Amino acid sequence: MLIRHAKTFVEEPAKVFAEFSAWDEMRCPMDVFLEITKGILEQGFIYSIMAMGVYVSYQILAFPDLSVDGTFPFGAAIAAMLLLNGTDPWLACLMAAIGGAGAGLVTGLLHVRLKITDLLSGILTMTALWSVNLAIAKTSLLSTFGTDTIFNSGIIKLLPESLAPWYVLIVVFLLAMLMKLLLDWYLRTKSGMLLRAVGDNAQLVTSLAKNAGTVKILGLVIGNGYTAFAGAVLCQQQKFFDVNMGTGMMVMGLASVIIGMTLFRKMTLMKTTTMVVLGSIFYKACLSLALNLGFNPNYLKLIMTVIFTVALVANNLSKKKEGGVAGHGDASAARY
Amino acid sequence: MAMLQLQDIDMVFNPGTVNEAAIFRGFNLGIEQGQFVSVVGSNGSGKTTMLNLICGSMMPSRGDILLEGQSILRLAEYERAQFIGRVFQDPSKGTSPSMTILENMALADNKGKPYNLSRGVNRKRRDDYRAQLEQLHLGLEDKLDVRVGSLSGGQRQALSLLICTMTPIRLLILDEHTAALDPKTSENIMILTDRLVREKGLTTLMVTHNLRFAVQYGNRLIMMDKGKAIIDAADEAKKALEVQDLVKTFSEISIEMGN
Repeated sequence: MLIRHAKTFVEEPAKVFAEFSAWDEMRCPMDVFLEITKGILEQGFIYSIMAMGVYVSYQILAFPDLSVDGTFPFGAAIAAMLLLNGTDPWLACLMAAIGGAGAGLVTGLLHVRLKITDLLSGILTMTALWSVNLAIAKTSLLSTFGTDTIFNSGIIKLLPESLAPWYVLIVVFLLAMLMKLLLDWYLRTKSGMLLRAVGDNAQLVTSLAKNAGTVKILGLVIGNGYTAFAGAVLCQQQKFFDVNMGTGMMVMGLASVIIGMTLFRKMTLMKTTTMVVLGSIFYKACLSLALNLGFNPNYLKLIMTVIFTVALVANNLSKKKEGGVAGHGDASAARY
Repeated sequence: MAMLQLQDIDMVFNPGTVNEAAIFRGFNLGIEQGQFVSVVGSNGSGKTTMLNLICGSMMPSRGDILLEGQSILRLAEYERAQFIGRVFQDPSKGTSPSMTILENMALADNKGKPYNLSRGVNRKRRDDYRAQLEQLHLGLEDKLDVRVGSLSGGQRQALSLLICTMTPIRLLILDEHTAALDPKTSENIMILTDRLVREKGLTTLMVTHNLRFAVQYGNRLIMMDKGKAIIDAADEAKKALEVQDLVKTFSEISIEMGN
């Protein structure tokens, strides 16, 4: 919308000023640009939390976990329901993460204990969650307008009122950083190192007298916990739950991981989690650019797929150039 | 009492089908504490199946497996790994390629203790790890922060051996662990293996296709054919064995099999 204003501004400034007059202040293109950037960053940080979850399951565990498409709205549904019941918004986020972790546990048990293939285990959980999400929300579109959120209540109120337009960005930035540092810390613990080993070489974990299946399940619990947490944050930011909001999340998360790891491959001191966060922002910027260039929003998922494919191909090409073997789930490229 | 005892083992693949294949029928084997046993034999003789049965990656159709008199049959592969260390033919199976040498060693150092939320790499152990790597004479002590994935097969296999024997184990299983390496590297890994086994007094079971290694190393030699030990020579009897004897027996059994 803002780009449309920006474009019209060049051609017919008066018209734009008229439209914006409702905002009680004059806008210049610079403000429009800032608004768009702010939007990209807000979305980028929120989705980066989900992308970190995908990073754990896909990159570290080498497990293509499609339950992500279900756990993302699952987190949102839990949060929406709790918010409408007057629960503290931070507690709602925590409960959503725990719910997501439970969904990850189900996928893990289906795969490890019942020997169902990884892809199918994720699809089963995702499909089941569709009904679970509807059961929680009781409707396919649930507005949480007017409830307290992590962006308008509690600790954020300690910040000066003048920063109000930046509340969302401040909170999601801090959250993304917190979740990133938490994951960085975890991956360097003994438990985290075992998790890294299992995706790399499950036999080694067995040789270390540990049940590789249990370690895999743990990874899926963490990945889906992160995903549902992101769903809960997005629900509070957009103030509604939509049963369809999970479609394509796995692709989006994976695209962020791969874009981040391709773009910043050469930065040897940068941790992969940082690359994932930046990848998520870059991905959102590409999407925003495409939409603002006038693409019909109906083509959103198509555009997402194209961006993802381009990222994958670029990643494979850059690996080939460096003499490595192209392929997916390659943990050897990760830095912790 | 034997360290390891395989009792009356039957191992039948695809029982009750046209593809039924019995690898073992009433197979018995006892390995004494401190023995270094080399096992040779043609493909399909049951060497690898035997290792899989001991390590728990396969279950026998009948019979029992005892370690120090205790049945380990009901223990899963990862549970048996508390007592049994295994080095595979594939050098990449013994280490985590995306982790550094230091991280791999720290991970192995913790075997037998809980993998909890405490720090994975204890920096204070660094010098100790260096000292252990120096013993390999491969210069790995200066590559502590290098990813294992970028090491050569021989270096990785040496590291696998070291990692496998870092914490106390009661039985070391070597599953054709030099077969994927070039002759010079195989030789070095074998010398290293022998030294580690002697230093730590490990009871060892080594499957190999290299008849010379089988004769040269260890204090007991078993040649297997169709699920039976057709040669089983220990100590003095083993010392008397020569590669030519083995080659002769080996070609006899191969002729019998029609190849």
